[in-house]
Amino acid sequence: MSGETVKRFNVLWLQAGACGGCTMAFLDHGRRGVFAELDAFGIDLLWHPSLSEATGDEVVAILDGIAEGRIPLDALVVEGTVLTAPNGTGRFQMLAGTGASLLDWIRRLAARARHTVAVGSCAAFGGIPVASPDPGEGVGLQFEGIERGGALGAGHRGAGGLPVVAVAGCAPHPGWIVETLIALASGELGAGDLDPLGRPKFFADHLAHHGCSRNEFYEFKASAETASDRGCLMEHLGCKATQAVGDCNQRRWNGSGSCTDGGYACIACTSPEFERARGFLATPKIAGIPVGLPLDMPKAWFMALAALSKSATPKRVRLNALKDHVVVPPGRAKRWGAEGGEG
Amino acid sequence: MSRIVVGPFNRVEGDLELKLDAEDDRVVAARVTTPLYRGFEQILIGRPIADALVIAPRICGICSVSQSLAAASASAAFSGTTPAPNGALTTALAHAAENLADHLSHFYLFFMPDFARADYAGRPWAGEIGARFTAMKGTAAAEFLPVRTRLLEIMGLVAGKWPHSLAFRAGGTTRALDLGGKARARAILADVRAALERTLFAAPLEAIAEIASAEDLDRIAARGDGDFAEFLRLADDLDLHRLGPGPGMVMSYGAYPGTAGSGPLFAAGLFDTTTGTRAPLVPGHIVEDPAHSWLAGEAGPPARAETQPDIDRADAYSWARAPRYDGHAVEVGAVARQLVDGHPAIRALVARDGATSVASRVVARLVEIARVLPAMETWIGRITPGDPFCTVATEPSDGSGVGLIEAARGGLGHWMTVRGGRITRYQIVAPTTWNFSPRDGGGNPGPLERALEGTTLAGRGARAAAIQHVVRSFDPCMVCTAH
Repeated sequence: MSGETVKRFNVLWLQAGACGGCTMAFLDHGRRGVFAELDAFGIDLLWHPSLSEATGDEVVAILDGIAEGRIPLDALVVEGTVLTAPNGTGRFQMLAGTGASLLDWIRRLAARARHTVAVGSCAAFGGIPVASPDPGEGVGLQFEGIERGGALGAGHRGAGGLPVVAVAGCAPHPGWIVETLIALASGELGAGDLDPLGRPKFFADHLAHHGCSRNEFYEFKASAETASDRGCLMEHLGCKATQAVGDCNQRRWNGSGSCTDGGYACIACTSPEFERARGFLATPKIAGIPVGLPLDMPKAWFMALAALSKSATPKRVRLNALKDHVVVPPGRAKRWGAEGGEG
Repeated sequence: MSRIVVGPFNRVEGDLELKLDAEDDRVVAARVTTPLYRGFEQILIGRPIADALVIAPRICGICSVSQSLAAASASAAFSGTTPAPNGALTTALAHAAENLADHLSHFYLFFMPDFARADYAGRPWAGEIGARFTAMKGTAAAEFLPVRTRLLEIMGLVAGKWPHSLAFRAGGTTRALDLGGKARARAILADVRAALERTLFAAPLEAIAEIASAEDLDRIAARGDGDFAEFLRLADDLDLHRLGPGPGMVMSYGAYPGTAGSGPLFAAGLFDTTTGTRAPLVPGHIVEDPAHSWLAGEAGPPARAETQPDIDRADAYSWARAPRYDGHAVEVGAVARQLVDGHPAIRALVARDGATSVASRVVARLVEIARVLPAMETWIGRITPGDPFCTVATEPSDGSGVGLIEAARGGLGHWMTVRGGRITRYQIVAPTTWNFSPRDGGGNPGPLERALEGTTLAGRGARAAAIQHVVRSFDPCMVCTAH
């Protein structure tokens, strides 16, 4: 952005029924640190509950200023489930010092914000706190699970014209959060850049499976059976990466990782209602066949290909799938040439 | 007498409300409100045991590894599983990375910015401290964030990602490290060590870990360089040694099990700061009392408690219960761990101050960083590629298990009962539940409530900087406190 005059873009960040994990991820972004990265794009945190100096009545003055239209707000960011219990009052989460619920504050402030951004699957769709029995009667900002509605209602549009932008994930990748804010600040994020659930397509048009380091095990249906095995996690250990959106395995998490690289199942945390699962770490099956098959894959073809690939599994892949380290290395060819392989 | 309401109270990982009764510009009584309830204990009921590994860490994105480990530890106790030795080391490595990131985030992002407030504009150090520690703008945060990011790369190696990893199991961890992975982990710690020795301590970590007396701390303060020395001088100038005295009894469940022979790196137990004596930990002495909570029920042990909201309960003012140990409100956290473990400088400092204080809570956290990072380096050396990282747990269908671990902020306990392979009871007592507990049925205040009594408001009412220091010295995690 050097040489340009950067138009400032102010952000108010609120934590509803949150665990704080989205903020923790947000803080993990940027080679020079997230504050420097935001500043480079003209993004100012007007107030953030974990980071700002302002506290107590200083904060209430900022919130009142926005709600009364005296302080313009470019983006309201909400992290966490919006709790409506009991009976729609929102008293399960009161904003300290104000006598009002987060539910009330979010509605008042979103009405003034140019954009509203749900950071994390809780604010987007409800998330883990709405898992049965949903004690807090939680909702997302514009969805309750897959149903439109939520705290702001299906029809909500910011002054900027967008529905709630849903940076789904539990927690989302730091890049998803900050890149969304940069795209909003630069005026580049349009309605066409969001999927039907409001998720930015730059991460939501991919599957978590894409780029998985276990791909050879997947191809041959060489499956892990117990925790720490190197094989594919789909058949037995609950992995939903072939059904869940996210460029999770095309990026790295915390330097080098990802869920599947870390040895455990994708639980589809970018999806509404992922929290409804029971037995997250075991694959539900009917007659030995996984219930959830890869998206867009005809079931008969999947079954046929799986049977074929299982019968063709190399010994190396079959044995390595059941160990936490390589026990059979790839074969070594004699010489690079027409047949390939190393010399 | 006047009633002052303080909130929203930020930089406390969640939200917090204080109600202070003041007389002659001094707090005479404090009530601490945890204003958020999500109902995790209710959500866990009826689920398969392994689902606790998905649900429980999402109580808290700040100490999610701790929540995972308490759940895994309860499950290990229930099933009689011993973690694979490699897995115990990688577990400790990831847990230590989280704890150090928490300690450092607390110091640089949550606690120190209060000294850059306008309250202190007249102090000779105001300009220098303001430039270094102003929230989000100071040089310290700019230098710290890339170090934090680098430290958390341990999670990419060991646990896939952070927060909310599923790598932590009763039997160890799900991702094996090979020789390359060990080298990468060492390189991460080398970078973090270099940064800490340059900016935080301006000294080798060992020189900080090995301090033995309160006078050693005075010498560091006098000598000059580094943010640690800067804090020690602020503590002396503002007399943070007398601010926010703790309740006298501190507790630790023991930290980093299986890393020092068969025991933990830091010992478990109770320590009485008024007598200087240590006592063994008896988990059966732990009771939770909802007398002033928006929760139904009576006082009792966590293993027998059930959680149901009762928002109209008379005399209730917090979503947190009041945990008590043998009837006492006890303080937990780094200062408790170092006192129980017998670190000589921390014991001497607390003895000199007369109680735990704003100063000793912060000093203990920083000394702990200097003790833990060198231990992490040795753990990496003891990892043996090729040996298992995770043993397979065989779970009975009925029984119970307790997981008691030390999170960055202190003792975290999960009490689980299982019938027919399903969770029938699940109770969580988090570190800040102890520190920020409301009054119990006998009217006895929690540690923060007591620590605030006597605090001078300096004519600033709800804006008094002293209130900010006392509250944040505990490094509260409000999202854990009620859950």
